Amino acid sequence: MQKKLIKISILSFIIFIILVFFLSLNKTTIYDTKGLVGQKISNIKLDHFSKNSIITEKDLNNNQYTLINFWASWCGPCRDENSILLKLNKEKNLKILGINFKDNKKNAKNFLIELGNPYDYLAVDSLGKQSINFGIYGIPESILIDKDLVIIRKFIGPILKNDYEYIKSTIGKK
Amino acid sequence: MKIKLVIFFIIFNLSIVNAENSSLDPNNIFKNLRCLICQGQSVADSNSEFAQTIKLVVKDQIRSGKSEREIYDFLIEKYGEWIVYKPPLNKVNFLLWLLPYLTFVIGGVIIFLLFKKRVNS
Amino acid sequence: MLSNIGNTLLFLNILLGISIIYYLFQSLKYNNNLISKNIYHICSLQSTFIIICFFTLITAFIISDFSIVTVYHNSHSLKPFFYKISGTWGNHEGSLLLWAIILTIFSFLFLLYSKSHSKNFRIYSLIVQNILILGFLFFLLFNSNPFSTILPVPKEGLGLNPILQDPALAIHPPLLYIGFVGSSIYFSAAIGSLLTNYNGKLFAKSIKNWVLISWSFQTLGILTGSIWAYYELGWGGFWFWDPVENASLLPWFAMTALLHSLMVLEKRNLFYFWVIILCLLTFILSVTGTFLVRSGILNSVHTFANDPSRGLYILVFLSLMIFGSVILLFNKFKKSNYNLNPNSKETFILVNNWFMIFYLITVLLGTVYPIFTEVLNNHKVSVGPPFYNSVIIPVVVLFLLFMSLGPHSQWIKDKFNNLNLIIKILTASILINFSIIFFFKSYSLLSNFIIISALFLIISSLRDLYNLFRMKRFDASRIVSHLAFGCLVLFIGLNHNFSLEKDFNLKLGEKKEFENYSVKFDHLQLKEFKNYKAVVGEFSINDSQKNLTQTLYPEIRIYQNPNTITYEASIRSGLLKDYYITMSNIDRSDYYNIKFQKKPFMIWIWISVIFISFGGFLRLFKNAKKTY
Repeated sequence: MQKKLIKISILSFIIFIILVFFLSLNKTTIYDTKGLVGQKISNIKLDHFSKNSIITEKDLNNNQYTLINFWASWCGPCRDENSILLKLNKEKNLKILGINFKDNKKNAKNFLIELGNPYDYLAVDSLGKQSINFGIYGIPESILIDKDLVIIRKFIGPILKNDYEYIKSTIGKK
Repeated sequence: MKIKLVIFFIIFNLSIVNAENSSLDPNNIFKNLRCLICQGQSVADSNSEFAQTIKLVVKDQIRSGKSEREIYDFLIEKYGEWIVYKPPLNKVNFLLWLLPYLTFVIGGVIIFLLFKKRVNS
Repeated sequence: MLSNIGNTLLFLNILLGISIIYYLFQSLKYNNNLISKNIYHICSLQSTFIIICFFTLITAFIISDFSIVTVYHNSHSLKPFFYKISGTWGNHEGSLLLWAIILTIFSFLFLLYSKSHSKNFRIYSLIVQNILILGFLFFLLFNSNPFSTILPVPKEGLGLNPILQDPALAIHPPLLYIGFVGSSIYFSAAIGSLLTNYNGKLFAKSIKNWVLISWSFQTLGILTGSIWAYYELGWGGFWFWDPVENASLLPWFAMTALLHSLMVLEKRNLFYFWVIILCLLTFILSVTGTFLVRSGILNSVHTFANDPSRGLYILVFLSLMIFGSVILLFNKFKKSNYNLNPNSKETFILVNNWFMIFYLITVLLGTVYPIFTEVLNNHKVSVGPPFYNSVIIPVVVLFLLFMSLGPHSQWIKDKFNNLNLIIKILTASILINFSIIFFFKSYSLLSNFIIISALFLIISSLRDLYNLFRMKRFDASRIVSHLAFGCLVLFIGLNHNFSLEKDFNLKLGEKKEFENYSVKFDHLQLKEFKNYKAVVGEFSINDSQKNLTQTLYPEIRIYQNPNTITYEASIRSGLLKDYYITMSNIDRSDYYNIKFQKKPFMIWIWISVIFISFGGFLRLFKNAKKTY
């Protein structure tokens, strides 16, 4: 009887392992940080793009929602999402904070002149160090936060149409 | 006499042993971080944009006196456990750390039991 | 045309495989003790066809026949000749053909060289082996066909990844496959032995040389993989505990355990079922490794292109193998009484197996754990070098000590009258370790233990070697491998503790100074080659202690087919140390990121592994001389 138990448990163990391998075949292995929501962003100390001031949490606390967008003039997909950001800029509940990432100031200015400036606040992160504080690992990347600076959603890559719809519906709720 | 000599040498050796360096070597930390946009490379081995930025931030944190543990915790908070190569010891990972040693102990027990059979028979 | 030849041969081999199995079953009914000549003829035909098939694919690569998809995806007319050939097995489909050829040839050789063994045992072993062959041939023909064609015929191929165009990588797959694909033959023999209740000693004799062959080649296969990683991948390391590397190491642990336990089985007819389990385990691990690597479920620097359908096929094949083996084992398992003497050779060999299983479980666990957390918890974890190093290295200290003591004990019983000698050798090791610390630099406590125990093994083995030659005996195979292993651990320990790494940014003309070194960025040149352009940097490294200057030329290479950028390390290998520099450009800046490394004893690490394998070949030749 004990022998039967051992045999059954060994067989079940093997079946379990094979099942896990089978299920893993369907999972993607590309990692992203989209799951890291619900945390608070803190320690914000961003250099303003044109003025000599510093943007901190206090500036963002007054907004219902803030969309933080990391961009650069040398980033192709950033051009694509610019038009959607301009549309989002019209939303009343939402303010957009743009952080210019590892860029040349002249090129950045020309980018905004050419495509339009969707940003309510504009900061600069010339060495990219600030981006780590936001959990950024590539650009473009955007984070939607509420007035308590809690992360609602992370957008890896350019903001697309369905992202736009999502943001609109989220900030529309009271 | 010989045993005393051996013990003396052992103690001598151990006392000269310089344990871990007091100042943090950033390269060791880089080796333990995964480059998130690469296919299986550490920050130490990668030249990607992300790796370069992480290197700057880690060096800054070392300079401001953060410990190795604090740096890892900071990065895990921002990027998830996937970014460190040494899985932290928590509820999810304890099996990983436990099972190898468990096997070792079980193996030892099996061999020991095989002796006992001989002694008893 | 070539495609038709290839496909026909594959199809014919499937038919041959089926007919071999049929005739083998028929052969069971006859009363005589011989396998009929028919079977020999069909098997030799099977081998011939698969060899021709393989050469057909090689020819397609050489003449750049882009009507064949595999050639189109992995080759280019401008590729150097040598790499056109090695490109044959540097891709998924071609490497599966390599699997098939080794499975087939080993099957035929087993038939030829097992004549002194029981007919039924041979028949069942060959039946199982041919079932394995058929499994892979079906996979080849219907899922991953190296001969599938594309129309219209492309004018040019997509090219082989330049990182793969390296001599060490070219021979890496053939060596490695003779290793772990070759383990199929003792997998089949184990099942044959179970089915026919074959005698343990005779079984051990039948597979002894096969285990030696596969183990020796597996060792060389792993070595060439590491050499490639060191010279080609550009990070100065040779082992990263990457899933693909681990996949080659797991069968090696099982093979080493098997190699040692076979001795006990052959001499004393003990551990029969354990040996069977190891035989089954080795090939199961080989197929598992193949599954992990080709299914795309693991994230690695070395992965092949991913395709879940391949993963599914291999998984089904693997499951059938595992279930078949386990159920058969359950059926046939008989408890036997082990009379183990604590002081005997058997015990030390069991200890070796104990440690090997520990290493195996650790590496296996570390490799597949991320899969489990992802499927079960939707949580991604990375398991990398820090995990493996912290778990395995402390245990190696103990392992090295056992390796020195084990071979001295006698079979069955021994007295411990060697205590004096042990203390002498231990003292010598501690003294040498102390001198290293005194003259050079000190290191961590764990490193001390590693180096002391490595020295212990080395001194003990050297003494054995001296005694052996003094007695005018020359059977040094075990001593050579053990000595080489001790050297390997010693050199890895020294390399790890005395390496210097520096990562910094430099502009053309600038100099960086640290410790006793200065690195100056002298020159930058653009060069054009046959299939790539290179930005070559010239760096002079000055060692102020020795007042020597070396010049190194790291490159950034821009390939056209396929369109990739690679960073070529410049390595100056010397007897005592290697200098290693990689250079990469920083976007939107004049600065280049430079990684400088000084790595002592690299050459000796490679040489040690060669000698570990050499011990295996020595024993093989001795066995062959005895029998033939």
